[in-house]
Amino acid sequence: MSNYIVDVAIIGAGPAGLAAAASARENGAKDVLILDRNGWLGGILPQCIHDGFGVEETGNSMTGPEYADKYIKLIEKKNIFVMAETMVLSFDKNRVINAVNKKGLHKIKAKSIVLAMGCREKTRWNIMIPGDRPSGIYTAGVAQAFINLYNIIPGKNVVILGSGDVGLIMARRLKFEGSNVHGVVEILPFASGLPRNVVQCLDDYDIPLFLNHTVVNIKGRERLESVTIAQVDEKMNILPKSKKEIRCDTLLLSLGLIPENELSKNIGIKLDEATGGPIVNQFFETNIFGIFACGNCLQVYDTVDVLSKGAKHAGKNAALKTKNKNKEINVKPGKNIRYIIPQKITNSGKINFTMRVLKPEQSVTLIAKINNDEIYKKKLRWVNPANIVEFDIEINDDLLKTGKDLEVSLDA
Amino acid sequence: MKNFQVAVIGGGIIGSTIAWELSRYKIKTVVFEKGSDVASEASKANSGVIHSGINSKPNSLKARFCVEGNQLFKQLSDQLGFSIRFTGKYVIAKNNEEIKELKKLKQVGKQNNVPNLEIQTEINEPNVNCEAALWVPTAGIVLPYQMTVALAENAAINNVKFLLETKVINIKKQNERFLIKTNRGEFKSNIIINSAGINCKKIVSMLEKPDFNIYPCRGEYLVLDKDHSNLITSMIYPVPQKELGVLGVHITPTIEGNILLGPSAEFINDPDDKITTKKTMEKLQIEAKELIPSLPDIGVINAYSGIRCKLAPRNQGGWADYRIEESKKTPGLINLLGIESPGLTAAPAIAKYVNKLVSKHFELKEKSNFKIKKQQKRFNELTKEEQSRLIKKDSSWGRIVCRCENITEKEIIEALSNPLGAKTLCAVKYRCRAGMGRCQGGFCTQHIVRIMEKNFKMDVKQIRLKSPDSYLFTSRNREVDI
Repeated sequence: MSNYIVDVAIIGAGPAGLAAAASARENGAKDVLILDRNGWLGGILPQCIHDGFGVEETGNSMTGPEYADKYIKLIEKKNIFVMAETMVLSFDKNRVINAVNKKGLHKIKAKSIVLAMGCREKTRWNIMIPGDRPSGIYTAGVAQAFINLYNIIPGKNVVILGSGDVGLIMARRLKFEGSNVHGVVEILPFASGLPRNVVQCLDDYDIPLFLNHTVVNIKGRERLESVTIAQVDEKMNILPKSKKEIRCDTLLLSLGLIPENELSKNIGIKLDEATGGPIVNQFFETNIFGIFACGNCLQVYDTVDVLSKGAKHAGKNAALKTKNKNKEINVKPGKNIRYIIPQKITNSGKINFTMRVLKPEQSVTLIAKINNDEIYKKKLRWVNPANIVEFDIEINDDLLKTGKDLEVSLDA
Repeated sequence: MKNFQVAVIGGGIIGSTIAWELSRYKIKTVVFEKGSDVASEASKANSGVIHSGINSKPNSLKARFCVEGNQLFKQLSDQLGFSIRFTGKYVIAKNNEEIKELKKLKQVGKQNNVPNLEIQTEINEPNVNCEAALWVPTAGIVLPYQMTVALAENAAINNVKFLLETKVINIKKQNERFLIKTNRGEFKSNIIINSAGINCKKIVSMLEKPDFNIYPCRGEYLVLDKDHSNLITSMIYPVPQKELGVLGVHITPTIEGNILLGPSAEFINDPDDKITTKKTMEKLQIEAKELIPSLPDIGVINAYSGIRCKLAPRNQGGWADYRIEESKKTPGLINLLGIESPGLTAAPAIAKYVNKLVSKHFELKEKSNFKIKKQQKRFNELTKEEQSRLIKKDSSWGRIVCRCENITEKEIIEALSNPLGAKTLCAVKYRCRAGMGRCQGGFCTQHIVRIMEKNFKMDVKQIRLKSPDSYLFTSRNREVDI
């Protein structure tokens, strides 16, 4: 067993982990260590060979591997220690990490930990699709890995369930590779991926999008032979007469992502039911002292640009370890808000908020209130569940002293 | 032409246990299995329960083999290294009517010599709602696929020939021997053991007119995330549904820390129709909630179904005893008919009984070089010292491939090196558990495929999920269709 002591240990070398590490180093942390279970850096980015990464951050549109490369070079330049192909088995409240790799078992004591474990894809069973259990059913990300990292094609006749971004991207990707993409099926009345992806991945390639539809049956005793899709009403009830069988050998599932917090839960880090990630204060610190969270294990982001910004914030705070004042107020999602981050404010200052809405709306007003006093107001042309809404509010000590909830809502 | 003394048809728990029992003796045995691995039908899709014997009619073969089998599990598990746990079970009564049923069950159990039964009003399961419960301490759990694999692999290393993906097409009797035609050539054998499960009637029909019928009865299950493993410590059963000859939807902890809900019971026509249905998935959750009101609505990580091989139809109550006998019309044909629950529990006792039937034909001489290959503990069950030692010896112990269950590269390689030659993704899953966790293979599938390609030189087009035609991939990028 090897033992190490570091200032900041970062779990996960995806875009969040890399950005957090660079930022921790820039903000004074001497020994920064990144642990990742994969043999490569960049997490999911190397398989995201489409472009659109970094537009907001740099003004340039990069592919996933290019974007990752930018940060990997930064990590190398900053002498950040990386343990790749290393699995974190556990960590505790005293910030001692147990990890394993081909060299053996490792114990790492860190002054701060940044959680950047990313997320996993929902499976068929998260929505309990009935029928046979054949091969040919892949989550979109797994199919993407096979095609882009290993040059392996999962199937020739494809139906995609769920209009998340990975599903939309994969519709186009499979079309490029000569597969027949029969359509993208979405149970909601709107696409859950970014509008630009609907245009660039489906519309431009004449791939149909079946809104208010879902897959109600899977057929095929060995390999997938067909799926049955059907329309749903406003209450999500299946309309039996609308059932239609589509012959296909592959079903891709793009049902959404679940933040990976199994290790966090084990030590009592409190999670937000709406985000699936830890409840954090404005420093992105969890309820456990010295443990910070960022990236997709905090909330599922829609662009890497906003994700990296948040991760840098977490990395910086992991290095600085600003003392929390004893006052704290909770941030509560109000009308048409699904969740808002941070969930707690402990110190005064300019706070950057990110949030998601429940349903699309046009010309709305974002209103933040404490104790029924309006403290912030902003007009928004449109909101969409697929797009994170970002804004800053100045919170002063007087507001903190009230101890009352800060409620954010959208008014028509 | 290949000649054997005993041909076992079907590599389920019954066929594999029989094969293992026979492998101690100097007998040339072959097992024909149409699936790509052993335990590929009902033997993998059941509750994984070591039954006590309280549910079988006194003096039936079911009762006899269940009680005898139950007592053999401890020794078998010690010998072969598969995991078991005697968790005990509670049969729950929710009203006075059901308490009467508990008393009847206890009576049946007593007649079947099931020890230490007790009706309790206070039970050791805080999440379970009940008026009273029958405590059955001798009931336990086992991973049915792990057990079948352990038995089959041990039979294989003792020279029982396992032929996977080998379907028996026809059998003829020729000069006191059986001529067995399969999709992989013809074989001869002196004895046939028909342990084909749901297909037992098809095998009999190849040789004689069957005097029985098979009534397939589907049972669906839901698997819950390990997050909920602390809901129960023992098995929770309702009072059995008499009219169907089944035990009802129960809640079963598994060795690995998941919880199973099920099974349902639905008589169907097509014995291969192993679907799961929306209706039943919902029903299972509702019925399970009657036993544990705090059961979560979310947290299902998988669903599956298995087909019971019943000899009695629904309108006759669904209950019939096992038939384990040598055919009078066709000497040498040993039939195992209607082996449904508690078949897994009964298997070790049934195998010993079948041995006796075989010994009427051959003298069973013990081998001097009988070997045992014990199932190894998983990496994540070892102490830190043991883990360190293994990694030093072979660094592939240090690479975690399946992150939900912490399964290492070495364990995947060992699973793929199995003596049966099973090489599907499910063969890996049922041996080392990679892919069985909450992400259902989302993270590890790509790495397992790489190991198959790199270490085992498998072509990606030959990689399959679970059965001969369940291929995973169609081609390489920009490659012409296969």
